[in-house]
Amino acid sequence: METDTIAAISTPIGEGAIAIVRLTGEEAIPIVNRLFDGKSLEEVASHTINYGKIVEPKEKEVIEEVMVNVMRAPKTFTKEDVVEINCHGGLASVNRLLELVLANGARLAEPGEFTKRAFLNGRIDLSQAEAVMDLIRAKTDKAMNIALKQLDGKLSKQVSQLRHQLIETVAHVEVNIDYPEYDDVEEMSHQLLKEKTKYVYQEVERLLSMAKQGKILREGIATAIIGRPNVGKSSLLNALVQETKAIVTDIPGTTRDVIEEYVNIRGIPLRLVDTAGIRETEDIVEKIGVERSREALKQSDLILLVLNNGEELTEEDRQLFEAVKGLEYIVIVNKTDLPQKLNLEEVKQLAGDQKVITTTLIEDEGIDKLEEAIADTFFMGDIETGDMSYVSNVRHIQLLQQTLQALDDARNAIEADMPIDLVQIDVTRAWELLGEIIGDTVQDSLIDQLFSQFCLGK
Amino acid sequence: MSTYEAGQYDVIVIGAGHAGVEAAHAAARRGAKTLMLTLNLDMIAFMPCNPSIGGPAKGIVVREVDALGGLMGKVIDKTYIQMRMLNTGKGPAVRALRAQADKPLYIQEMKSILEKEPNLTLRQGVVEQLLMEDGKCKGVITETKALYRAKTVIITTGTFMRGRVIIGDISYESGPNNQRASVKLAEHLEELGFDLVRFKTGTPPRVHNQSIDYGKTEIQPGDEHPQHFSYETTEAILDQIPCWLTYTNEKTHEVINENLGLSAMYSGMIKGTGPRYCPSIEDKIVRFHDKPRHQVFLEPEGKNTDEVYVQGLSTSLPEYVQHQILRSIPGLEEAEIMRAGYAIEYDAVVPTQLWPTLEVKNIEGLFTAGQINGTSGYEEAAGQGIMAGINAAAKALGKDSVILDRSQAYIGVLIDDLVTKGTNEPYRLLTSRAEYRLLLRHDNADLRLTELGYKLGLISKERYQRFEEKKHLIEEEKERLSKVRLKPTEELQQLMESIGGTRLKDGVLAYDLLKRPEVTYDVIEQVTPSEKDLAADVKEQVEIQIKYQGYISKSNQQVEKLKKMESKVIPENIDYDAISGIATEAREKLKKVRPLSVAQASRISGVNPADISILLVYIEQGNVAKVSSE
Repeated sequence: METDTIAAISTPIGEGAIAIVRLTGEEAIPIVNRLFDGKSLEEVASHTINYGKIVEPKEKEVIEEVMVNVMRAPKTFTKEDVVEINCHGGLASVNRLLELVLANGARLAEPGEFTKRAFLNGRIDLSQAEAVMDLIRAKTDKAMNIALKQLDGKLSKQVSQLRHQLIETVAHVEVNIDYPEYDDVEEMSHQLLKEKTKYVYQEVERLLSMAKQGKILREGIATAIIGRPNVGKSSLLNALVQETKAIVTDIPGTTRDVIEEYVNIRGIPLRLVDTAGIRETEDIVEKIGVERSREALKQSDLILLVLNNGEELTEEDRQLFEAVKGLEYIVIVNKTDLPQKLNLEEVKQLAGDQKVITTTLIEDEGIDKLEEAIADTFFMGDIETGDMSYVSNVRHIQLLQQTLQALDDARNAIEADMPIDLVQIDVTRAWELLGEIIGDTVQDSLIDQLFSQFCLGK
Repeated sequence: MSTYEAGQYDVIVIGAGHAGVEAAHAAARRGAKTLMLTLNLDMIAFMPCNPSIGGPAKGIVVREVDALGGLMGKVIDKTYIQMRMLNTGKGPAVRALRAQADKPLYIQEMKSILEKEPNLTLRQGVVEQLLMEDGKCKGVITETKALYRAKTVIITTGTFMRGRVIIGDISYESGPNNQRASVKLAEHLEELGFDLVRFKTGTPPRVHNQSIDYGKTEIQPGDEHPQHFSYETTEAILDQIPCWLTYTNEKTHEVINENLGLSAMYSGMIKGTGPRYCPSIEDKIVRFHDKPRHQVFLEPEGKNTDEVYVQGLSTSLPEYVQHQILRSIPGLEEAEIMRAGYAIEYDAVVPTQLWPTLEVKNIEGLFTAGQINGTSGYEEAAGQGIMAGINAAAKALGKDSVILDRSQAYIGVLIDDLVTKGTNEPYRLLTSRAEYRLLLRHDNADLRLTELGYKLGLISKERYQRFEEKKHLIEEEKERLSKVRLKPTEELQQLMESIGGTRLKDGVLAYDLLKRPEVTYDVIEQVTPSEKDLAADVKEQVEIQIKYQGYISKSNQQVEKLKKMESKVIPENIDYDAISGIATEAREKLKKVRPLSVAQASRISGVNPADISILLVYIEQGNVAKVSSE
């Protein structure tokens, strides 16, 4: 049942120069060995990379030049034997490889089944398992770092610290209840409880606001570029692409060109979206009208509205402003190398609170201003790099929100002058919810806390 | 030497402590012909340690025992010398009664009730062996070679099994208070394959009342209007006796530190595990050395005795050091010891060997209850005793067994903890062990359990009718308050202000007004009195149920959620070895505990959520067909 050998392509399809087919299970090594022309994989040492060729066994046709990574149980991701075949990233070749291992005894893994296996084999805890899922989906270097840190248990550590704060408070209330005559500890008052939970509340709030940034980092800022013809949208795109050497992704099955492109500006991923299926967004308003354009543009996190410095503001430009009203956008006044005809004051007035920057994209000038503006908009100017630990997982975010709710309930109960032991129910609930994030809700630890913190017993 | 046939019973109870008396009484009440055997008939329901019953969590157990038809509440209500309601400044869930007991009177009263029980025989005798037939327990054999046959047997031998008293470097075989230890039975259980563990507990010295200078201590009086444990009690005891509070000091700690090497606890003489919640004074001073003083309560052991229990000074130091310790304490400078404190080590049964009915998994027909199961406390013993009695009688009479769940009673929490998690130290109930303590209140024990007690035959018809009437009145009054709309008359506004509330903006239902923190039922009564003359406990229920409705229904929702897991029954013949993917530790634990439901399995420490999800998958898949062939 759970011990058969499964296989899957473990790299994002079409996104890298190298793709990996991964197998896990008792038969992983023999299956690949049957296809492998090189050293006997059954005999190589564990955790080695072996060069060779994959050969279709019947026709003896050489399929691919590969590097095969052999990792034996139990020191692997799944605690089972794991083989990773590194091959060229082309979709056709990697698919062929997968078909081959499936034809030779492996079963196609269900989505997330590797992680599930690691989880079921006790290799990782719940939060780590979910971090792995995010790791797989990580789109940029930064997102990769977050997922890695979470795997290291950095988030676990932070959550543990908050839990400790709560459990101390709860133990304090408990000792008042179970040892009413014990005189060595201050009676936990509403005021004291309020103060103690306030800190945790703020910390959870902080983790959650970080989570929003984490989501942006992981999924990219959905960005639409709009503007009239010939204002410099292509130059902007090229400048962004050049800057980041992003790979333009061909999605199989679409004969048309790009649907989504990722560009990466100083670690902030922009996901350039094809708004409403209208590739030529310059004619968006003309094609579907202001209202419907608005609806379509709402799907973006950020809109880059490009204007031409060398021309006066047109009716079309004004319609574009109308269409993005109330949305998050940055106005890019391009072509500052041309004599200024644009009324910058009017533009600033139209833009209101939104940022207006000037660029000469043809000469690669102003991209840095754009980066700054984006950082300002999404990270309040302050992208936490390096040491921050983001919560980047839907389940964790939900649990944190529930924790906040529980602490809020506690606060309301304090306001309503509810007895302390009832207020404490919500505080305990917050403690349990945080425990669910790191997979730890053992009751006994409260009692241990009680007896280590206080000298009890009549 | 051959035995003689001494009689045939449905249920035999070995021991007559707080577990034994409840077990024997419940079994007899359920209709089983019951025999209770004890070492000493003068020591029925003796309190070898503190002279008090109740307190947080424990007091609620007493209420539950009473709601089921047990004895502890009734007997203490007749024999207390002081009664106090604790935690009155907190919420209704944690209020708890505690009584100081008149120890000798308690024994007399208990014995007299048991003697009147028609289905119950009391006999003095020392059980040395169980009568085993086909791996089942079929009776007992005493030291005097009497053979009693029975369908089921309950062992409630407390701390007597291979008991050993230790004072300083002196140690001798003994039960508590110099009674005979039960050695042969312990050896016999070991032969039968029982997993036994060595626990330790202790007791402080008793001093003479006349030798205490109470002027240097603080008085601790009882409540002016004492409440009671039993729902049947109608009369209060008016002449209560106070307790007294004093403190240890630097001098005391010096004496203890100087003599630490002589303490049996620290010299290595004691091997057993002691309870953290009831540490000896030497433990307190070592573990919390920066605490300048510890509380010492002086508690009379009864009205007609001069012995005073020195609560807080539990110790295994030599007798002469105990003198020095006492005399360093204000009020006790001249104290005369009447009995020295001592530590006692004893054998306990590892409770994970039991089903939740308290029947031993490997020996059909045998039950164990009380301190022998690794608990401590009279109340914990009584709670197990009544359940063992109910279930042993059920088995003997072919009736259904009864398991209380964690949302139903503290007794359910206690037994589930024991049989599911086991315990590394003498187990004491704490309110924090209950995840639904708002549902397990002192005030609603009858609403939770009286119906069950009646069905089991432990509650009289008359009492049950009174209970039904009370329940009806509560519902009726709640219904009424949900219909009465109060207009914001000037009179009502003034009343609101006078109790520290804010003025009403609009008319309001009486039901909703009662939810305001400053509004009690008394206030509601002033505004809209019931036509009926409602009893205080009915009013209390109405107030609590309405006031804390939000919290109560939240708890109820959690219980409902858990019920789904409780209803996922694990087949009895499941083969945990056949389930791949379960961690080794979890597998061993599951094989040992043999949980009845997935919910119970999830409470075993060492069984992780991953193991549970695998177990769930396995059960769901119907793979249980793969049982071992034996």
